[in-house]
Amino acid sequence: MTTTELPQLSPKDFSSDQEVRWCPGCGDYAILKAVQKTLADLGVRTEDTVFISGIGCASRFPYYMSTFGFHTIHGRAPAIATGVKLANPELDVWVITGDGDGLSIGGNHMLHLLRRNVNVQVILFNNEVYGLTKGQYSPTSRRGFRSPSTPMGSIDNPIAPGAFALGVGARFVARSIDTLTPHLIGVLKRAHEHVGTSFVEVFQNCVVFNDGAFAAFTEKGIGPEQQLHLEHGKPMLFGKERNRGIRLRPGTIALEAVTLGEAGVGMEDLLVHDERDHALAQLLVSMRPPALPVALGVIHCDPAPSYEREALAQLGPKSVSQLDLNELLRKGRTWMIGG
Amino acid sequence: MASPPVTRPEREVRDSVVIRFAGDSGDGMQLTGLQFTQETALAGSDLATFPDYPAEIRAPAGTTFGVSAFQIHFGALDITSVGDELDVLVAMNPAALKVSLADLRMGGSVMVDTGAFTERNLQKAGYAGSPLDDDTLAPYQVLKLDLTRHTMDAVDGLGLSQKEALRCRNMWALGLMLWMYGRSRKATVEWIQKKFAKTPDIRDANLRALNAGHAFGETAEMPSHVAGYSVAAAQLPAGTYRTVSGTEALAWGLLAGLKASGLQRLVLGSYPITPASPLLHTLAGFKEYGVVTFQAEDEIAAICAAIGASYAGSLGVTSSSGPGIALKGEAIGLAFATELPLVIVNAQRAGPSTGLPTKTEQSDLYQAVFGRNGDAPLPVVATATPSDSYVVAIEAVRLAVTYMTPVLLLTDGFLANAAEPWLIPDANEVKPFPVSFRTEPEGFQPFARDPETLARPWAVPGTPQLEHRIGGLERQHGTGNISYDPDNHQRMTNTRLEKIRRIAADIPLQGVSLGEEEGDVAVVGWGSTWGPIHQAVRRLRAEGKAVSHIHLRYLWPLPPNLGELLRAFRAVLVPEMNAGQLVTILRSEYLVPAQSVSKVTGKPFKVREIEEAILKVMEK
Repeated sequence: MTTTELPQLSPKDFSSDQEVRWCPGCGDYAILKAVQKTLADLGVRTEDTVFISGIGCASRFPYYMSTFGFHTIHGRAPAIATGVKLANPELDVWVITGDGDGLSIGGNHMLHLLRRNVNVQVILFNNEVYGLTKGQYSPTSRRGFRSPSTPMGSIDNPIAPGAFALGVGARFVARSIDTLTPHLIGVLKRAHEHVGTSFVEVFQNCVVFNDGAFAAFTEKGIGPEQQLHLEHGKPMLFGKERNRGIRLRPGTIALEAVTLGEAGVGMEDLLVHDERDHALAQLLVSMRPPALPVALGVIHCDPAPSYEREALAQLGPKSVSQLDLNELLRKGRTWMIGG
Repeated sequence: MASPPVTRPEREVRDSVVIRFAGDSGDGMQLTGLQFTQETALAGSDLATFPDYPAEIRAPAGTTFGVSAFQIHFGALDITSVGDELDVLVAMNPAALKVSLADLRMGGSVMVDTGAFTERNLQKAGYAGSPLDDDTLAPYQVLKLDLTRHTMDAVDGLGLSQKEALRCRNMWALGLMLWMYGRSRKATVEWIQKKFAKTPDIRDANLRALNAGHAFGETAEMPSHVAGYSVAAAQLPAGTYRTVSGTEALAWGLLAGLKASGLQRLVLGSYPITPASPLLHTLAGFKEYGVVTFQAEDEIAAICAAIGASYAGSLGVTSSSGPGIALKGEAIGLAFATELPLVIVNAQRAGPSTGLPTKTEQSDLYQAVFGRNGDAPLPVVATATPSDSYVVAIEAVRLAVTYMTPVLLLTDGFLANAAEPWLIPDANEVKPFPVSFRTEPEGFQPFARDPETLARPWAVPGTPQLEHRIGGLERQHGTGNISYDPDNHQRMTNTRLEKIRRIAADIPLQGVSLGEEEGDVAVVGWGSTWGPIHQAVRRLRAEGKAVSHIHLRYLWPLPPNLGELLRAFRAVLVPEMNAGQLVTILRSEYLVPAQSVSKVTGKPFKVREIEEAILKVMEK
């Protein structure tokens, strides 16, 4: 550990010398900028930071960062990241994935990363389509989605990434939008701060194959009416006038959107966000426009010891070089022959 | 124990003996065999063992497919194979008799538990009538004992249920066998005391059964025509010995390799699969040695975690069997392309697909040498005997870290489970091959190469000013940046192949295990066929035949002198437990008319089978 003061890095210092090759207008650009700004704000070091990705448009991400980076194989970044953390838990590891990479071919690894609670940050770029292979439907594509592989419309039921993550035991689930830069940076900082697997779903617009997939809540002017920005300990208010809110529909365990002052609804009726409440998180993560706004921000945060911390705690205190192999080879029953 | 010792014939002296303990998969035959092995090794015999058990944990009791067997060949001689024929068969039920009798030599001894030869058991084994009553056993010396009753008598008064009491039958049989070969019971007694320390009743029952079986041999209860045997200690080189299984030797070899490399941590990513799981279990016991074992969600995650660990500066290891290695294929390609060290252990089993999980085969050689997309050769090494796994594992680690490449280590179900006495080596004699991570930023390029080995630098995350990106997309030479340049792909492909090819200059020249470096027939083997090939060649050489045994540890790249060596023989014979894989590689590499001897029954070669094949070639 060096004690000399290291210079503060700027967002630019986190950018590699490689030309960024996403389509013009792709939401990935905004996410890249937000991540670089986040890292600069956090004051982390490029040499201690590792970006690990699978395959897909989003997975080219590590090449554009000046940190360590590993562009691996389709769906397997969570498993590679787990190995990295078991080898060196001090490294700051980010897993970059997409809806196809992380929830289709790599769905199993995502599940196990989350339930083990390896201390990494996952950013899942959800554009509800396969971009790099030219527009096939993905596991998050909605029913009826027409694509080269579903000319008559998709008949698969989509995965809700946040609900999936909560269902398999994720202890940090958050959501943001590619172009909602300050919000996204805030979410990424929280993800970084969290010990254990942080799962961040980013709604990311694919301008070529699925343009406007999230327009229902991202279109200019619509946002405030269709987005619920969660804050721990604060009542769930939204709307341009901040006069709408979320409450439990009386006598049910379902959420409903209400207007303050209408039908006798007051502030005291609104739900107050509690990040540790797993059941509440499951309700929030499933809200869909137009009946309900989309929940953004930290939906669930309930820390627990990380996997690698517990795994490495089981190792002995000695280093390998101190250990006597001859002793090991002679453990148990031995016998002498001759001299 | 009441009866006094009787006068009985002198113990018959034997050079070597083959015994098989066979019973139901719940009868404890593997434990019985292992204890007999331990006592035999302690008595100074050389030995080889062959555990043979069904794929089902508890196959329906009494059926032939539920038979579990443990064979041991031991003697005063240099024992290299598990023995072609049985001298003694211990059959705990009719099914065990039915399955194993064909392997018993004419005149051999068979001991049966008459108590288990019930109507129902006979029926389940598919016997129309009792083989004890007809002439089925006429060619053999038969010892009919009611083990069931003897065991019940021995444990009487301990308050055990009948089921618990009958579980001690194997110890009774073991006690008798230990007597028959003049072996001590000491190690077994200690083992029982330790194993059942928390259940004193069960401990005492097992001890009583063991002692009762032994006493039975000593006393008049034993038919007087049955003599004990005397098998002298083998003339083994002086030193400290232990028994070792292939799995243990492999695990220790990996640790020795880890230490020789100077790396601080070994990360094993593995997923349970027969017959590779014991390596996961064994390494899980070495956490104090800096070993992290990670039981992954699947085979792919297992190798990917190992790759991630290597990327971050640990020694990544993954272990599996053929079907699992198939799943790992894409990730092996990634490790090859990104040039990261990795040891991949394949404990081969009979395939294809799920095949015969508990039966041995060596049919994954093509998969090891060729089984990836793209031009992606790997060093492939194979272990020949249980103890050889120690040396081969060290070598796999050395090649992986020296050349920054995944290495495939082939073992098999037989080697993984088989045990033999081992002259314990001095761990300090392993020549260190210290790894140095790149730390110097000046002139650093992730895909610059060592001029000699062509290895790229190992620059681990956490190292200031060495930040770089790697990945499966083709990398520009030097910088490692993504490159679609046609000439660069040609250059990188050539360089990767050349790197692996150069390993041939860094491995020992191929020698002969037995015989001259020229002659009539070279019998070329690899892997666990070592024992039977060696024995067959030795026998024929004793008859004056110009036969030599060549055994390959390095299957890729092949030793540089191998072609020349093979051409010095009139004929080349390649016995393999596959349909002819090494033979094809040798023919294609050297244009030699090598001939195949193939066996894929799930059982090791018999010495006789190889002898006959050699003689047939010599007749031509």
